[in-house]
Amino acid sequence: MAQVELRQVRKTYPNGAEAIFGVDMQIADGELIVFVGPSGCGKSTLLRMVAGLESVTSGEISIGDRVINDVSPSQRDVAMVFQNYALYPHMTVRGNMSYGLKNRKMPADEIERRIVDAAKMLKIDQFLDRQPNQLSGGQRQRVAMGRAIVRNPQVFLFDEPLSNLDAKLRVQMRIEIKKLQRSMNVTSIYVTHDQTEAMTLADRLAVINEGQVEQMGAPMELYSNPRTLFVASFIGAPQINLIPVTFDGTHLVNGDIKLAGYSRLPTDAPLVLGVRPDVLSLRDDGQFPVSVDLVEQHGGENLIYGSLAGAHSDTGESQEICLKAGQELLPDMDDRLTLGFNPDESFVFRADTGERLK
Amino acid sequence: MKRVQFEHSAVPYLFIAPQIIIIVIFFLWPAAQAIYQSFLLEDAFGLSSQFVWFRNYSDTIFNPSWLQAAWFTIIFSSLVTFLSLSIALLLAVKANEVIHGASTYKTLLMWAYAIAPPVAGLMGNLMFNPLIGDLYQGMNAIGFDFDHKLDPVDASFVVILISVWKQVSVNFIFFLSGLQGIPKSVQEAATMDCDSSFRRFWTITFPLLAPTTFFLMVINITYAFFETFGIIDTTTQGAPGGATTTLVFKVFQDGFRGADIGGSSAQSVVLMIMVLLLTVIQFRFIEKKVHY
Repeated sequence: MAQVELRQVRKTYPNGAEAIFGVDMQIADGELIVFVGPSGCGKSTLLRMVAGLESVTSGEISIGDRVINDVSPSQRDVAMVFQNYALYPHMTVRGNMSYGLKNRKMPADEIERRIVDAAKMLKIDQFLDRQPNQLSGGQRQRVAMGRAIVRNPQVFLFDEPLSNLDAKLRVQMRIEIKKLQRSMNVTSIYVTHDQTEAMTLADRLAVINEGQVEQMGAPMELYSNPRTLFVASFIGAPQINLIPVTFDGTHLVNGDIKLAGYSRLPTDAPLVLGVRPDVLSLRDDGQFPVSVDLVEQHGGENLIYGSLAGAHSDTGESQEICLKAGQELLPDMDDRLTLGFNPDESFVFRADTGERLK
Repeated sequence: MKRVQFEHSAVPYLFIAPQIIIIVIFFLWPAAQAIYQSFLLEDAFGLSSQFVWFRNYSDTIFNPSWLQAAWFTIIFSSLVTFLSLSIALLLAVKANEVIHGASTYKTLLMWAYAIAPPVAGLMGNLMFNPLIGDLYQGMNAIGFDFDHKLDPVDASFVVILISVWKQVSVNFIFFLSGLQGIPKSVQEAATMDCDSSFRRFWTITFPLLAPTTFFLMVINITYAFFETFGIIDTTTQGAPGGATTTLVFKVFQDGFRGADIGGSSAQSVVLMIMVLLLTVIQFRFIEKKVHY
């Protein structure tokens, strides 16, 4: 059990490419932190630096009180679950799980006890003598988890562990990982590009973009109080509606749309208005006249996609807008709806820097 | 139950005909000839021959010079196979770790592949020439009393050195591609599980290379048995006193130099059976230990 601390961690590759630009982070004991971001943002690199698979160019990483920059991966007391499982194909499940322990010169009866315990917990005890190629994807994933659990490490590292599984299994394993992490209470870092996975698993989320932590906090905090345009657009499904606007001193303007209720915004810069699909609702006095393009029925809720009449996106095409509504609202194509929202529940960002102004 | 039968047409047979014809003309027909000839005894001028049953075989197998050649072949083949595999594996593992200038490095290591065995033999011959050979003079300069024209061990050293050098590049290519076929994440998982890179190599990398190693072992034994003929013919020619005569070289010597067609055919039939047995043993017993 230990807290993990990153201090001004940077990564520059030998060819000069910079991957991580000074990350500071404190992860509390037993916390599950999710690194989320688009592919190529550096989230895996950061995880691999904690694992010891990538060197740290500058800065410090410590686990507990120990700085681990120059400690070899196997001595760091961390265990990692890889995206493609990375099981040793020539060993049985038991062999896979015991390999790391044998190399640590653990007594055989202790190894066996740990394997049996972990296998029971993961429901793979009947597969212990099989080889990885005789197992299904989900079972392999469990073995990979088991291999990490038997190590009884101070920190678990997960590198997109569920992205090779099918949708149903992914949800199931997600819940199991969360439960396991809760019951074992081990500090964990989990990397994913899937924002649903990130939202549901995390104690705290770190949204990473272009090698920097854009914002870190509890999932709901990031959802309802994003610090940048990037965080607002990355967190939340369906995605937040982003409408390019300008401020004329009293109103936010895009074409024929004029929105009251905003003040103290710059009049000389292009802005972006962000409105969550679940903040919008049908109102007779609403600000947004919308013609319906498509309705997606998700069972419990309907997602209504339309275009905002009289407004244009920044590419000059019609501005798309999405509304999350109950299953009773089922308009036809080209129906006209009037949608409204409370300005206090919307966000305004600078278009150039992405900084949030309101 | 009736099995599904498709209309047969002659076209597929036409497609495989070129291969079949080559096999028949260059492999099956000579093999049949060898078996037939091995039962015949020809007179010295090749004018007449008589059927002698298994006399050629008994003359062959109980001949001390054949036994010497067989013994040398076994030692020679084991050493060539073992050395060329282990040196190639070492080079491949090291080359696989190289990041800068990797392709130049790899190309240089593969270069020797392009050289035919007799050419390799000629090069070795020059290098070990007592008058102008650098290696010959170098060996003597550093204190070895080296003379491959007289000393059987020295002569064996020369042919083994050249044969191994020639074969390392082929093995290197296969080992390198085998190493690159091991998923990076498996290596990384091993790095997190095991601190010693030496132990990691023998517990993870080497077992995963087993299919490559097995394939190369079969290829290398065949190489050492047959293809090294060109090297021996251009260097020692079996000298001194038959000490570096392999079975294949002896077949050639007795048949074409000694004009003993019957005896030489009997030897090649024995050689065929030996290789057949060896291959069966390899696939039966060693392949079982290979994890694909």
